[in-house]
Amino acid sequence: MSYLAPSKRLSSQTRLSLGSIGAQKVLSDVFADTAADAAAVGFVLAHLPREAGTVLWAQDRLSEKEAGQPYMPGIGVPQPVMRVNVSRPSDVLVAMEDALRCKAVSAVIGEIWGDPPTLDFTATKRLALRAEANGVPCWLIRRAASPNLSAARNRWRIASLPSAAHPHDAQAPGDPRWQVELFRSRAAQPGIWAVRYDRTTGRLDFSAASVDRAVDTRDGADRQRAAR
Amino acid sequence: MERTGNAPPDDLPVAMVAEGPHGPVIHDINRAAGLAGVQRGARVTDMKALLPDLRIEYADIVGDRRAMEQLMFWVRRWCPWSVQDGVDGLVLDTTGSDHLWGGEAKMLADMEAQFSMLGLTAQIALAPTWGAAWALARYGTVRSICPEGEIPQKLSALSVDALRLNNGTVTLLRRLGLKTIGALADVPRLSLTRRFVKAKLNENPVIRLDQAMGHTAEPVSSPDAAPSFRAHARLPEPIMDPTPFLPDLCADLCDQMEAQGYGCRRLLLTVYHTDGDTHRIEVAMSVHSRDPDHLLYLFRDKLEAINPGYGFDLITLDAAQTEQMEVVQAQLEGGTDEAVDLSRLTDRLTARFGTRAVTRPALRESHIPERAQNWVAALGDTLERTKTTAPDRPIRLLYTPEEVRVLYAVPKGPPVQFIWRRQTHKITRYAGPERIAPEWWHDKPGTRLRDYFKVEDHRGRRFWLYREGLHGDGRGGDPRWFVHGMFA
Repeated sequence: MSYLAPSKRLSSQTRLSLGSIGAQKVLSDVFADTAADAAAVGFVLAHLPREAGTVLWAQDRLSEKEAGQPYMPGIGVPQPVMRVNVSRPSDVLVAMEDALRCKAVSAVIGEIWGDPPTLDFTATKRLALRAEANGVPCWLIRRAASPNLSAARNRWRIASLPSAAHPHDAQAPGDPRWQVELFRSRAAQPGIWAVRYDRTTGRLDFSAASVDRAVDTRDGADRQRAAR
Repeated sequence: MERTGNAPPDDLPVAMVAEGPHGPVIHDINRAAGLAGVQRGARVTDMKALLPDLRIEYADIVGDRRAMEQLMFWVRRWCPWSVQDGVDGLVLDTTGSDHLWGGEAKMLADMEAQFSMLGLTAQIALAPTWGAAWALARYGTVRSICPEGEIPQKLSALSVDALRLNNGTVTLLRRLGLKTIGALADVPRLSLTRRFVKAKLNENPVIRLDQAMGHTAEPVSSPDAAPSFRAHARLPEPIMDPTPFLPDLCADLCDQMEAQGYGCRRLLLTVYHTDGDTHRIEVAMSVHSRDPDHLLYLFRDKLEAINPGYGFDLITLDAAQTEQMEVVQAQLEGGTDEAVDLSRLTDRLTARFGTRAVTRPALRESHIPERAQNWVAALGDTLERTKTTAPDRPIRLLYTPEEVRVLYAVPKGPPVQFIWRRQTHKITRYAGPERIAPEWWHDKPGTRLRDYFKVEDHRGRRFWLYREGLHGDGRGGDPRWFVHGMFA
């Protein structure tokens, strides 16, 4: 997967509003870089609203098989979660649409594998309109998918970056860092950022990615030597 | 009270067993076991020592209670009032209804016949008072009938056990030399009253004696059966699609329930085909409801499952699991409550995708990761959230851990690289191991321990790997490695 060069026209105004793009109560697409990468899920969870209300989490069968199921002891969201696992992608869309109509739902997360024919522009438009009408943020996590035509207001592509340094243990992974690309948005200018997620405070630090993702040339041998 | 469908013959000693605080205890016994000296309430191990051939069956206490409740309504075929008496008795107030069965003796014979057709044995007695009937049914002759005014004669020969007293009082009366009811009745009333002035009802022979003799009234307060609600549409011509009739049926049913202040948690739609076939569709709700629109919505995609065949001419809609439901106004301006809204969403999703698809996490205190989280049906009652304090857990968990091939530098250390789903992941950083021992009270013997590592690969993806077992732990060959979850 190739990445766009980072936007050179990042104005300070755009950068300020970055946190609020994710907090918009609209439909957003999130494309995971690889199927087994939980960065996209982490990014969505970091944006869940703090208000009380059930989070509806719908998954199709392939997503569950390939990328696992949400694990609450690790997620630790304060809101109650209701999970819908169904076999067909169209059922995921139905469940999401039903939930978006409900006032007691604080956020809706859907996971769809691949590019099913039912997930066309009309389907996304329905979700987008309903999310805006009811004021519920709706996230569609897509894996092994191509960014087809969609009515999503924000479209993100998320990949993992090597994590930040662990404060106490040099060889342990620290706070997660993600490469976040906003490639289509109504509210903000697209761009690529390296985002650090502070797990203790639940804050996201956006900083412009200085370069395209660098390939780590080391094979980890030096760390192994250090470990010995 | 036992169904004789698969019951052993009467001459084999059988005991029903219930769990007690210190192991299983005898709940009930049959006649053969009673003759052999098995006692109710004794521990099973003791009674097995006494009688090695004793056959043990587990008692279904809740089922028995429920069956008894149904039986209480079933016996209203003989009279309009009936009530349960303890766990094993029924009291019928047959005043004025015996002539419908051709007299009291014929009524009792009919009762015994009907009970035996159900597979039940019944000890029946007829008496003017509750207490006398209780005594005669248990300690009197078969189908004994006690006419008005003959209570003292009929009861006098029976032992004081027949007075519905607790064991301590019965023992006390025996020690006083009062072994029969007649002997007790002959004692001057003043001295008896003085002796038992502060005793409670089931310890007080004076009150019990008065009740049995009819000096103190003991009326039968007969509970009503829960009302059943049913709406039906009888059609002049067979039709293929019940959809147009459903809104009226739902509205009719909800009107009926509203009139009596009830709501239901289960709905049963039955269509009767012209060729005699029937088809049923059932939907369930998470809270009681009587909102016609909501009930109608739950059937939305289910009607397609009906095979019309030659069409059907009768549609019925039954409400089940009904319960009294108060009208609650949640908000002053008449809006809907959020909790109600959520329960409706649960109902709709469950009706559409099934109970196993719509779930809610139930966290449990367990160190084994897959046991710490359990998905339970969202339709059930809300559970309390138990807060588990896990050190560092992934946000995704694979349903079944997937085995990986690893390269490691030292056998007990972290891997240097692993191959998962045909891709090579080079490990740059790791944290661990975190050792999780098997839960011996759940797992099979021989289950190996797990050493969990949080690792980061060369592209920054963070995984949760574990090694199952150790080299030379005597529980199988080389340890195997698995991927179990993914971190953000």
